Amino acid sequence: MPMPSSDAVIIGGGTNGLACAYALATAGRRVTVIEGRTLGGGALNTEFAPGFRVSGLAHLVTHLDARVMTGMGLAQHNLRLSSPLPTVALANDGVHLTINAGRTTGPDAAAWAALHGQLMAFAQAVAPLRQITPPRLGNGLGNDVLRLARVAFGLRRMGQAQFREFLRMMLINIADVLEDELADDRLKGAVAFDATLGAWLGPRSPNSLMLLLNRLAGDAPQVPLGGMGAITDAMTKACAAKGVVTRTNVPVAQVIVEGGCATGVRLSTGEDIRAPLVVSAINPRTTFQTLVGARHLDAGFYKRTYDIRSRGGAAKLHLALRGRPDFRGADLRGRLVIAPSVGAVEAAFNPVKYGEVPARPVMEIVIPSAHEGGMAPDGQHVLSAIVQFAPHVPPDPTAARAAMLANTMAVLEDYAPGIAAMVEHAELLMPYDIAARFGMVGGNWHHGELSVEQMLFLRPLADLAQYATPIPGLWLAGAGSHPGGNISGAAGWNAAAAIVKAGA
Amino acid sequence: MTLLHTPFHERAAALNRLNNWGAWAGFTTARCYGDTAMEHTALRNTVGMIDISPMVKYRITGPDAVAYLDRLTLRNVAKLLPGRVQYTAWCDDAGHLLDDGTLFHMTQGSFMLCSQERHLPWLLDSAMGFDVAIADISDDLATLAVQGPCAAWVLRMAGCDVAKLKPFELTEWVFGTLPVMISRTGFTGDLGYELWMDPGIALSVWDALMVAGALRGIRAVGSDALNLARIEAGFIIPNLDFVPADQAVREDRVRTPQEMGLAWMIDWEKGHFTGRRALQTAAPDWELVALDIDGNVGAEGAIVYQDRRTEVGVVTSGAWSPTTKRNIALAQVRRSYATSPRLWVEVYAQRELQYAKLMLKATQAQRPFFTHARRRATPPGDI
Repeated sequence: MPMPSSDAVIIGGGTNGLACAYALATAGRRVTVIEGRTLGGGALNTEFAPGFRVSGLAHLVTHLDARVMTGMGLAQHNLRLSSPLPTVALANDGVHLTINAGRTTGPDAAAWAALHGQLMAFAQAVAPLRQITPPRLGNGLGNDVLRLARVAFGLRRMGQAQFREFLRMMLINIADVLEDELADDRLKGAVAFDATLGAWLGPRSPNSLMLLLNRLAGDAPQVPLGGMGAITDAMTKACAAKGVVTRTNVPVAQVIVEGGCATGVRLSTGEDIRAPLVVSAINPRTTFQTLVGARHLDAGFYKRTYDIRSRGGAAKLHLALRGRPDFRGADLRGRLVIAPSVGAVEAAFNPVKYGEVPARPVMEIVIPSAHEGGMAPDGQHVLSAIVQFAPHVPPDPTAARAAMLANTMAVLEDYAPGIAAMVEHAELLMPYDIAARFGMVGGNWHHGELSVEQMLFLRPLADLAQYATPIPGLWLAGAGSHPGGNISGAAGWNAAAAIVKAGA
Repeated sequence: MTLLHTPFHERAAALNRLNNWGAWAGFTTARCYGDTAMEHTALRNTVGMIDISPMVKYRITGPDAVAYLDRLTLRNVAKLLPGRVQYTAWCDDAGHLLDDGTLFHMTQGSFMLCSQERHLPWLLDSAMGFDVAIADISDDLATLAVQGPCAAWVLRMAGCDVAKLKPFELTEWVFGTLPVMISRTGFTGDLGYELWMDPGIALSVWDALMVAGALRGIRAVGSDALNLARIEAGFIIPNLDFVPADQAVREDRVRTPQEMGLAWMIDWEKGHFTGRRALQTAAPDWELVALDIDGNVGAEGAIVYQDRRTEVGVVTSGAWSPTTKRNIALAQVRRSYATSPRLWVEVYAQRELQYAKLMLKATQAQRPFFTHARRRATPPGDI
């Protein structure tokens, strides 16, 4: 066997792969990152039409892990984030509602402040869980008892009444909460939209509040100057400075398993890269179903990796606009949300259950060209939107894409009259397009649905939740692992910590 | 649902004087045709015929069949040549036994797995990632076991010379126009063959063997006598001697191959198989122990004690063995007591309407309790 040239080979150079690479390199490992396409995963810039640049997948920063931000010194590598964007709940009569965290106007100003405060208290109590290896159920299993105790203490410190309220609300659906507490459809629609963003469930689905808490545990949305690709650039520079070797446009064909242990990877070119530690920061299902294969895994386990639920409901829209769109006077530097009511969000979710396209999709719009120059030719604009919900396995993918685009444009025209006539070029990525382009199974941007039954010590599966796998030498570090995706790096950083702690 | 009839039912029903039927995998089969002692005697001294059609049978074919079966089962399937049979077992991810059974390599790349319990969902789940086709062919084949010292003689008289057939080998007998697959396998621990055929010729084959074996006293044998013979042979049965892991409700009932005396099956060199990682680190808690018990009262279900006081196991199968003239038993005993010289079993013997509680001394014995050189001899000889 040739001598390994690396201590660790990381499959996948997305946010988590790079974060994990950096953290392992900091711990003294010689790390090679193998990326099948270009670095950055979902954090990238694309020029989808000449002169029009846009963040190709994710378009806002909400969950960038503080350990990654400071630990990798991303600011020193020129990552600049905008100030937090206000959320503007658009109305098609021009009476928009601006929401700044817990502050808003209108009839619900006080009620929202109270509800937001309570939800933030819950979110902050559970937020530290994002930064630890999920616990295993049982004693003496190497859990980080001290940090778990701190989380438990944080929950108890809320007081009995608040803790009881936390238990009551933990698994509830967001629609019920909003209808109990609020009256303004604009606000309720925007919050219901936030709870279901990137998920495969509607506001009336059980557990949708938990996803809102996960969102609130992150930061207010920001835009990186230079687009989401700026995050990748900064992470790449940080890794290079640590001596991490990166190879791009070389897909890994298989994880080499010898004597039951992972000993390296075989590239699509046939080249073998040997390392005693192989870390997969790509999709967990792909890792086991494609790269490892059934022969090296127990039958029950192999099937369960196939069964990781991974349905994507979000489509990505890019519009090259000849002029400045007018959303009936809304400030284009906001995060513009079209979700006029809870019912509108639920109605947009219903059709995808049957593989159909919603008549009136809901969406989150960012106009990068309103934040800085260089994103579009002078006087012109570029629009980026996450449009929900899109079917991930429609009977006719081409027809579904066309219908989704037409319906989305109809909604946009309603909120920004004249926008359709400005469109120079339009690109709509359906979940299956996202799956093909980014390797996200089902087009789900968390690489496996983030839902209560696939969270924390159940993510991606109970026996994979501590980042280790049944194959010695093979670890997971991607968004499919705790705490999920959203251009965060947390899973990669956590995985590196688990690997170092295990001495693997 | 009404129990189904096997392809041999017409003949079995005509012979079943006692109307003593039992349910086996959804079929009705004879427990005893008239006299279990006589039927057992036929198995051990002449020849007996047992309808084992309810055995569950799966066909496994496809380019990855060997790799699939190597990953599914404990033994090395790559070493199983066409025309041969392997006694094997398989486990779940945790290394707990799902079943044991026989694997037939019929023709190159085409296999049949034969077991007591049904496993189609597990076999299909296990097929993910392999280019194989799995089919339940249980109802496509009628199966007849011809067992006993005169089994080869009877087959020869019926027109099929199996003198050269070695243990665990397959051959084909053309009966009329249809093939009958014959394997030198069985569940009695003696010379014996199993005949696998199209259900359409089942009755004709039965009749032919009855005529051919008449001079040697061939006799239809029920499952009670077969069970007695298999205990003498030291074979285990799922749901009698162990609980299949997918059926166990109580978490302490599952057993590893090592705990059921099947450690010899595990091929650690062949690569990965389901349960391997768990079995590598598993510390066995139990051991399958063969016991020789004082007296002549069958001890099935009896609790095993250390020094008459501490419960250390349970007898899973036990009977007075007419062949060896011993009171034999198979027991699951906690590993630390498996070799203890101070084991006892508590037996409740019914004597004229009243139970007598007996505490009987038990000593470890060799498995099998009964075997004979002709079981492995080729040609098997004749009596």
